[in-house]
Amino acid sequence: MSGSIQAPAIDARGITRVYKAKPNDVTALAGIDLEVAPGEFFGLLGPNGAGKTTLIKILTTLLLPSSGTARIFGFDVATDTKKIRRIMNMVAGGEQSGYGILEAREQLWMFSQFYGLGAREGWHRVDELIDAVGLGEQRHQRVSTLSTGQRQKMNFARGLLNDPWVFFLDEPTLGLDVSAARSVRELMVGWRAAVPGRTVLLTTHYMAEADELCERIAIVDRGRILAIGSPAELKRRVQRESIFRLELDRLAGGPGALARLPGVISAVAAIDATAGADAPARQTVVINLVLGEDSALAGVVAALDGLGAHIVALAKSEPSLEDVFVELVGRGFEDDEDDSDEGGPRDRSERLPIEPHEAGQPDPEDQAR
Amino acid sequence: MSAPKLRVFVGRPTASPQEAANWTPRQVWANNLRSIIGRAYPRVRGLTREPSWVIFQMLLPFLTTASFVFVYRALDAPAAYIGFVVIGGAMTAFWLNVVWMMAAQLYWEKDQGNLELYFAAPMNVMSVLVGMAVGGLLMSSTRAISILFIATVVFGVSFSISQWALLIAVFVLTLAALYGFGMMLASLFVMWGREAFHLTQLMTEPVYFVSGLNFPVGRLGFIGALAIALIPLAVGLDAMRQLAFVSTGPTGTPEPWIEALILVAMTAIFIGLARWLLHSMEERARREGRLTVRWR
Repeated sequence: MSGSIQAPAIDARGITRVYKAKPNDVTALAGIDLEVAPGEFFGLLGPNGAGKTTLIKILTTLLLPSSGTARIFGFDVATDTKKIRRIMNMVAGGEQSGYGILEAREQLWMFSQFYGLGAREGWHRVDELIDAVGLGEQRHQRVSTLSTGQRQKMNFARGLLNDPWVFFLDEPTLGLDVSAARSVRELMVGWRAAVPGRTVLLTTHYMAEADELCERIAIVDRGRILAIGSPAELKRRVQRESIFRLELDRLAGGPGALARLPGVISAVAAIDATAGADAPARQTVVINLVLGEDSALAGVVAALDGLGAHIVALAKSEPSLEDVFVELVGRGFEDDEDDSDEGGPRDRSERLPIEPHEAGQPDPEDQAR
Repeated sequence: MSAPKLRVFVGRPTASPQEAANWTPRQVWANNLRSIIGRAYPRVRGLTREPSWVIFQMLLPFLTTASFVFVYRALDAPAAYIGFVVIGGAMTAFWLNVVWMMAAQLYWEKDQGNLELYFAAPMNVMSVLVGMAVGGLLMSSTRAISILFIATVVFGVSFSISQWALLIAVFVLTLAALYGFGMMLASLFVMWGREAFHLTQLMTEPVYFVSGLNFPVGRLGFIGALAIALIPLAVGLDAMRQLAFVSTGPTGTPEPWIEALILVAMTAIFIGLARWLLHSMEERARREGRLTVRWR
């Protein structure tokens, strides 16, 4: 099948991937079904070893599935590789690609040639992208001297050289400090705003990042998709009650007075985590209020007048995506961090102890000058 | 969150992914040609960016050449032998380039993460290999010409050339066969992984010996004949020596035109095998996940 305009940006059906390994084969993907619409910012959220990177490798034509089919805008990842490679690009976290001997600008130009841009067009586009990602001052700096954050910005620019219709971002903020990670996230948002209709598939195990950026998220664990939905939908799965944090100037009768109101499941005084022995006594009363549904809040507010209390602050508490993950899987992300099988052999081999002389062997491209 | 001005991200607009995916044959050719230039670029830039190569790649090999010249002079060897050594020294630059910067290069690229990006780009990966070869040729030619020039001047080598056209053809064919050989090995190295580094050791001193880098290969009898049949360095070197020092007389090896034909055959076989191996390697890598496996 050739691509069609109506086709989903990503359409994966029954994808499995098993890596041959000793003593036992490793199942990285155990039947993934996924459909991402054109123009969607889609996230794959899961711990290390969930199979996110393996799925990206398959979708970017670098790896064949053991079974199942996957299509990008209707193009089959197994057979239409060249066409897919013309319309997609990818950036991974911690990427060290390119040649340290080149300047940032030269490195990007080299990659522009791999995507078919003309020589002049390549230089022009590279210069524009360098400015857009905020690397103007590092334009003529050698790649080997760029900081991790600068390097990732450069990688991001590389990923945009061919103006991709599908952009795969595999843990793009991995290893970046807070400021650099924010810059990269801003670039993602900015790019999406500039080119509506382009699709992003982001893998991450940073839940706040997925929550902030993605329109829909698939929670992945051990090669399976456990749930798909918008962040709000996913949170609603675990939020069966409405939880509010209510701060009052006073409350005659204490929280128990609220607990008796219709629709109120519980009302308890919040523990003040900031209060210490020397801390001044709090002048307000903070109540954690659990309601059967949001509409019960109106009754609570009305009742407060009768109790002589005035609202100082009111905020709705939402569950985090981690709560969703814990609910679905029965454990947190961190529980699996040392148990990775991400990408099958890849991660295991990356954890192998590497002899220093091998790990530090210089690239001949840099060396033999 | 404030987004920067990113109108530039629009780049070369296409109406649909289908339009962007369907390239004309001209676009495909242009992409491959540009990829050759793109991949050659870092090698060419490296020539001017890190001039330390003058010492390590030119002066040090020159010392080896000089030591053989002094030995031959001490032994009162025929004057042509000095020229043999000088040509051998010049060709060393190409051989080292083929072994370390062609054969081993894709292995390095994999460890750097570049190989994955090459395969994920739309060009034919053969373009990357050809680009590496073109860049390597430019680098090595500079070194080889420098060694040849300095040694010729310092040691007073006098060439006696009768067939200029054939000599130039043999030189070009030798380079084509050498770099075809390197392109073929590049794919094998990726598949063999770190074991391949033992092969690079095997391909330096032993190959220098059987190729007769510093002496006429005909002296090795059967081993020399075998080297001429299998190793592009050996056959190219012998043919160039026969053509550059006509006065030496019979060398016990095939005529230069026969050796030129051997080089043509080698070039065709090596480049054909390189294409096939690269394709096989990519397919195998996609099946087994090898493109994503570092340090193997």
